[in-house]
Amino acid sequence: MTRSDVKNPTRRGVLAAGGSLVVSFAMLSQAFSQEGEVQGTAPPAQPKPKLPGSLSGDPFLDAWIRIDAGGEISVFTGKAELGQGVKTALIQIAAEELEVDPASIRLITADTDRTPDEGYTAGSQSIQNSGTAIRHAAAQVREILLAQAAARWQVPADQLRAENGRVIRADGQALDYGSLVSAEILHVEAAPQSRLKPRDRFRIMGKPMPRVDIPAKVTGTPIYVQDMRLPGMVHARVVRPPRPGATLMDVDTATVERMPGIVTIVRNGSFLAVVAEREFQAIRAMRVLASSARWSEGARLPSPDSLIQSLKTMPSEQGVVAEKKGGGAPGSRTFQATFTRPYQIHGSIGPSCAVAHLENGTTTVWSHTQGAYPDRAAISEMLGIPPEQVRVIHVEGSGCYGHNGADDAAADAALIAQAVPGRPVRLQWMREQEHAWEPYGPAMLTEVRASLDQTGKIVEWNYDLWSNTHTTRPGPAGSLIAARSLPTPFEAPPAKLSITPSGNGDRNAVPLYAIPNMRVIWHFLPEMPLRVSALRALGAYANVFAIESAMDELALMADADPVEFRLRHLEDPRARAVIESAAEGFGWSRDPLPEGRGRGFAFARYKNLAAYLAMALELTVERESGRTRITRVTAAIDSGEVVNPDGIRNQTEGGIIQSASWTLYEAVTFEETGITSIDWASYPIMRFGAVPDKIDVRIMDRPGQPFLGTGEAAQGPTPAAIANAIRNATGKRLYDIPFRAEKVKAAIGV
Amino acid sequence: MAVTLTVNGKTQQVDADPETPLLYVLRDHLELNGAKYGCGIGQCGACTVMVDGEAVLSCVTPVLLLEGRRVTTIEGLGTRERPGPIQQAFIDEQAAQCGYCIPGMMMRAQALLQANPSADEAAIRAALEPNLCRCGTHMRIIKAVMRAGEAMRQNSRGGGAI
Ligand code: FES
Ligand code: FES
Repeated sequence: MTRSDVKNPTRRGVLAAGGSLVVSFAMLSQAFSQEGEVQGTAPPAQPKPKLPGSLSGDPFLDAWIRIDAGGEISVFTGKAELGQGVKTALIQIAAEELEVDPASIRLITADTDRTPDEGYTAGSQSIQNSGTAIRHAAAQVREILLAQAAARWQVPADQLRAENGRVIRADGQALDYGSLVSAEILHVEAAPQSRLKPRDRFRIMGKPMPRVDIPAKVTGTPIYVQDMRLPGMVHARVVRPPRPGATLMDVDTATVERMPGIVTIVRNGSFLAVVAEREFQAIRAMRVLASSARWSEGARLPSPDSLIQSLKTMPSEQGVVAEKKGGGAPGSRTFQATFTRPYQIHGSIGPSCAVAHLENGTTTVWSHTQGAYPDRAAISEMLGIPPEQVRVIHVEGSGCYGHNGADDAAADAALIAQAVPGRPVRLQWMREQEHAWEPYGPAMLTEVRASLDQTGKIVEWNYDLWSNTHTTRPGPAGSLIAARSLPTPFEAPPAKLSITPSGNGDRNAVPLYAIPNMRVIWHFLPEMPLRVSALRALGAYANVFAIESAMDELALMADADPVEFRLRHLEDPRARAVIESAAEGFGWSRDPLPEGRGRGFAFARYKNLAAYLAMALELTVERESGRTRITRVTAAIDSGEVVNPDGIRNQTEGGIIQSASWTLYEAVTFEETGITSIDWASYPIMRFGAVPDKIDVRIMDRPGQPFLGTGEAAQGPTPAAIANAIRNATGKRLYDIPFRAEKVKAAIGV
Repeated sequence: MAVTLTVNGKTQQVDADPETPLLYVLRDHLELNGAKYGCGIGQCGACTVMVDGEAVLSCVTPVLLLEGRRVTTIEGLGTRERPGPIQQAFIDEQAAQCGYCIPGMMMRAQALLQANPSADEAAIRAALEPNLCRCGTHMRIIKAVMRAGEAMRQNSRGGGAI
């Protein structure tokens, strides 16, 4: 973007304020997505020393931080608030390094007209990438302001200090930040090194700070995209076919057109939607339209009974995730088992929603997308217009937990908006549309074969996993439902196998344990019988479940305590520390518990490169019904340097409950004619009655260590800790998620 | 057609089909954001409001049933500047992640505590059973409702209003 095409009114307003630093947007449309692949189309910048965090994609300081003449501070992030509290943490970081009050910072989140392109808000990377960039940018801005004041006063900068938005001299004289900014002093590239504040001088970071978004959320202040109300806004609903691939043959639009409040009906190929003045009018019209629509057959779904088992026989491509031959004595005892996980949904409580507005040739879309820039690319490709004619602004929605219906709803709204130029369109999906059409977390099948030597150590580990890709996000228009429904449908791009450090289906497929001989293979399945994409933790959920279940069986074989057995195979002191902390906090022991009660342990380092998490839990299994209830959980987490301890605690508690819900209850159901889990009765999740009595989260103190992604760290260990505890309580091992009451009952044979 | 509704103490005429569920009238006609659409079929509690002091699912309650009755939404419990006791308790416990389920939780808890100010943890869990949270904020929600109960009891001991 150049300076002359600044078109956003707010920005123009700021520009008008004389003496402002806000001059240009340092925007290189290059950013790295969270799942390891390069996003964006611009050629990469020349090789330079690597800048910290997302500064490497967008090196200009004023892309991240701007201060106007009045001293108002704006901090920009390409990341989005998804309910994970990222806004609060980023404000803490910026306020700390800038030496200002957190309340004085205005944080602007993902907006293709205003913020850097940081790809997706995913993979627990926001603090690692954006937080690191903002921290360094803030520290460098502070140093620039100090130098500016030093020049003005003609004193050495080291005699000055920054405090509360001012630079202060030894004699007490002070200059406001606003009076120190001029012209383009912040329009400079970041240096690779910054003078970060030492921890002993922290005022804000590392301390719990109340979330900035919570007061609005508890008082009904409009903050969600679902709450948007623009002048002249109309309401839309889409009508979906009975299953993907079905084409629209015929529909009676005349009846609907006569219904009250109808603005228009959009029929474009097999894309069908209705627009009305009032929301409930749109819903009623949607039902009438749906009842008269006739669709072609479409693609039949596979038979549900055998699908997961048959993943093994589907065409696949092999990717070697890890291979190591380190010799050692041959194994004397072997554990071998197959584990599965079904398709599971994100299941946001608020169905996907978007507002779109076509005005003067530009389509503005407000969306709870995780990737404003990639979504813009996909939508503009679908509409056949240049990306500059689409602006995507992130507005918070209901919690997302991965790639859900957000981008599809944004595309639906954008397409409908073309039919009612000048009028903003609010579209929300119905509950059954969310359940049936969001991309699911892929089903997986995994096989472990591991052997112990005479001394009770693992000498050999073979692991095979069968899975689709876990990423079909936009970028390409073909990833959007609306684009696939057009008269000339866009095709979903073929999925490709790629083995990356942070992993995908193979995320956490390699155990962190010291094992001399290891072979880990991803049998990559290009064919996707059900639509799938990123669900919180990707493959780590199934892989850690399998690995940590196997570790427990191996410990039993070796007649070892499961905690001690894990420590026996771990060298990394931080891994050992979380395990010891969780065991101690929980009061771990091998003493037998009363009938029907069991305890289980599990550990993983998320992606093998982010936060470490160990947990112990206790549960009860009701013999007559097979019902499992977790009673207490202790988790220990090491997220590196802590920004907001309460935020880490909140995320970890939530991750444990959500993953426990996946594990105990959740599976997408379908028949050949379509998805049958279409509401909360056919797809039950955890309710209050089953929530543990107590969850304790212990946070390791790691001053000065890099931030480590936290948001998904609990997803993998939770199913394993549950399975291990059920094994401990009943003597039976469960291999197939979910562990619904009837399955547990059948396993324990009562 | 016009329906007369009393919402958060204010009586007004709303021009809506009498069969329209209360949820859409609150959001679309009265521009109140507290009640959320979650499922529209009474399965999730995101749309919970109070009618004459009882928790009601507004997505399955046609407005025609509400003439002459008192509807309360979270907007009627307090404001950002002056949060009510239950709102303050949710802020103090930081009981939200995405927060989408929270207004419904608060309305159901408010109804419980008004009816039974000494509700204990078991009663709170039982009362909240119809309401879903996908972020897993349950532990904090329970704590916040316990805290709100405590605050309300103190208020009423001191003669203040709930
Ligand atoms: S929206 Fe009313 S119960 Fe779900
Ligand atoms: S806080 Fe997100 S659904 Fe409850």
